[in-house]
Amino acid sequence: MSQPYRESELERAVLNPLRQTTMQFYLVLGVLGLVFLWGAASLIRQWLLGLGVTGLGRPVYWGIYLSNFVFFIGISHAGTLISAILRVTQAEWRRPITRVSEAITFFALVLGGLQIWIDMGRPERVLYPLIWGRYQSPFLWDFTCIGIYLLSSTLYLYLPMIPDLARMRDHMTDAPRWRRWLYQAMSLNWHGSHEQNRRLEKGIGIMAILIIPIAVSVHTVVSWVFGMTMQPMWHSTILGPYFVVGAIFSGIAMLFIFMTLIRKAWHLEKWIGAKQYNYLGLLLLVMSAFWGYFTLAEYLTTGYGSLVHEAHVIQAKLAGEYAPWFWAMVTCNLIFPFAILLWRRGRTPTGTFIAALCVAIGMWIERFTIVAPSLTRPSLGFERAIYAPTLTEVAITLGSVALFSLLFLLFFKIFPVVSVWEVEEGQVIEAVRRKAEELAYQTG
Amino acid sequence: MARWGMVIDLDKCFACQSCTLACRMENNTPVAGPDQASRGRAILWNEVLPFVEGEYPEVTMALIPRPCQHCDNPPCTKVCPVKATYKDEEGIVCIDYGRCIGCRFCTVACPYQVRYFNWYRPEWPEALKEHLNPDPEVAPRPKGVVEKCTFCIQRLRKAREGAEAEGRPFTATDYTPACVQTCTGRARYFGDLDDPNSLVSQLAASPRAFRLLEEMGTQPKVYYLKQG
Repeated sequence: MSQPYRESELERAVLNPLRQTTMQFYLVLGVLGLVFLWGAASLIRQWLLGLGVTGLGRPVYWGIYLSNFVFFIGISHAGTLISAILRVTQAEWRRPITRVSEAITFFALVLGGLQIWIDMGRPERVLYPLIWGRYQSPFLWDFTCIGIYLLSSTLYLYLPMIPDLARMRDHMTDAPRWRRWLYQAMSLNWHGSHEQNRRLEKGIGIMAILIIPIAVSVHTVVSWVFGMTMQPMWHSTILGPYFVVGAIFSGIAMLFIFMTLIRKAWHLEKWIGAKQYNYLGLLLLVMSAFWGYFTLAEYLTTGYGSLVHEAHVIQAKLAGEYAPWFWAMVTCNLIFPFAILLWRRGRTPTGTFIAALCVAIGMWIERFTIVAPSLTRPSLGFERAIYAPTLTEVAITLGSVALFSLLFLLFFKIFPVVSVWEVEEGQVIEAVRRKAEELAYQTG
Repeated sequence: MARWGMVIDLDKCFACQSCTLACRMENNTPVAGPDQASRGRAILWNEVLPFVEGEYPEVTMALIPRPCQHCDNPPCTKVCPVKATYKDEEGIVCIDYGRCIGCRFCTVACPYQVRYFNWYRPEWPEALKEHLNPDPEVAPRPKGVVEKCTFCIQRLRKAREGAEAEGRPFTATDYTPACVQTCTGRARYFGDLDDPNSLVSQLAASPRAFRLLEEMGTQPKVYYLKQG
């Protein structure tokens, strides 16, 4: 008889929520479920009656759904950045937060794609681009890049999970049958041999590098849906890089929000701590500065030139009916992050959480102020339109956010929220380093 | 092969909007009603657009009838992800309603806003329903697809069939869109722009001729003759 397996503190913290379900969990699940159902019911009504239930019309043919699309695809950059860039640069502090960020990527992509489907006038023809797709259309570029990104980020989420899955296969013998079967099947007969480890590291290494250009391509082509048209203030070369910067910016914010919530709910304070908040907070600050610089470059160039059609749009944004949105965006994306994150005292869990919430809201507004105002001021200037979203659009938007959180929550009810083996690996590396320093000190 | 185009003389046009009406009857565009129309949901393949400049009392207003411009370099067809909208070999920009997925990329790409979306299932008051054009080519479009002016392409087919039945070759003058036929001030001309002897190609070369948003490089095949 072998000794009964004794779980480490980390394992207990990560695996316990997979075993026991608290009242709070059901409560959150219930609330999110209700919001989701509200959105789903609104969507079914929209399908039955037509897109007339939205606030759209001529000339504002695109509204909140397209803003949501850009927003969700944007936050999907959380996974790439944290996980891939930090892995490639071997930043040790990434270890406890890679899984969360990779999961955000995956579910944000699913939700982003869903928004285009929601926006379609003929949702039953959703597969037509597969049959008759043609590459003149930037939408096809989107379908292709997002498809590739979804596949590679699924793989990128899955690969580093294999050793953890094997651990659960071995130790979560008290789990329901379907889950044991799932762990068994998904762990691909992992037993941690040297050869398996070598191959896994290689696989993760290749994916980490591959996924960076794929992610950049995704957000660039998303911007080109707008940039390739001749609409005033869409037709701009900065749009691609601007969207990529905005995506990374909002991705980090989303990671802050989810990792803080999980840290609290899963009691992971010991592993997700000051280091992560400090470094990631600095990154958020840097991205805020980048975003501000890009925004200045775009608006100053457009405003200084004041070409006829663009001048109308910029006027609507800076001083017209979209001014409240525009200035709220600047406040949320630039002023709040700087006010909070510039100081070390601000880069605490609470401080960064507030800053991240501001950025998440500000970046959604940014997407909205890119999509809507340009359409209200068409080049052939015979009319001015105002776009006001209806309750249906609000319900579907909130329902989408609820579905996103729901998927995220349910996923981490089945799979561990922290990459246990990677954190352990980090602990070993840290211990060895300390020992080496000690030895160097003694012998030196 | 003809390259169909239109010329509208703004000196002759007095904005009676009979073109708009004739188009509706010919092409079965639905009735939106005042509420939906105020929300920009009226479908009018041809519209007489008001361009107001200046403020009271120094106001000038130009009224410009606007069908689809049938650009030679159409920004709308480029962006369609499924080739539901395309320019046919005679230069007419068409839509395949059976293929349109309703993404409305073409509607935001068109700088002239000639493309309309079916926000709801199309509807007509009972009295009007009896007078729908029975031609299957203009059968009411389903909800969720984009539609627009086709230069009454069904009339082109009919004109060809008519010429064949009469045993004579088809000529460009056999084909006239409804708005051109009905125009009270005879301000509209229609024909083959590639034929140097046609009235439209001669008028298009007039020093009074201009096109909407010419600087965008869309090369519309609808020309206007300057007012005054």
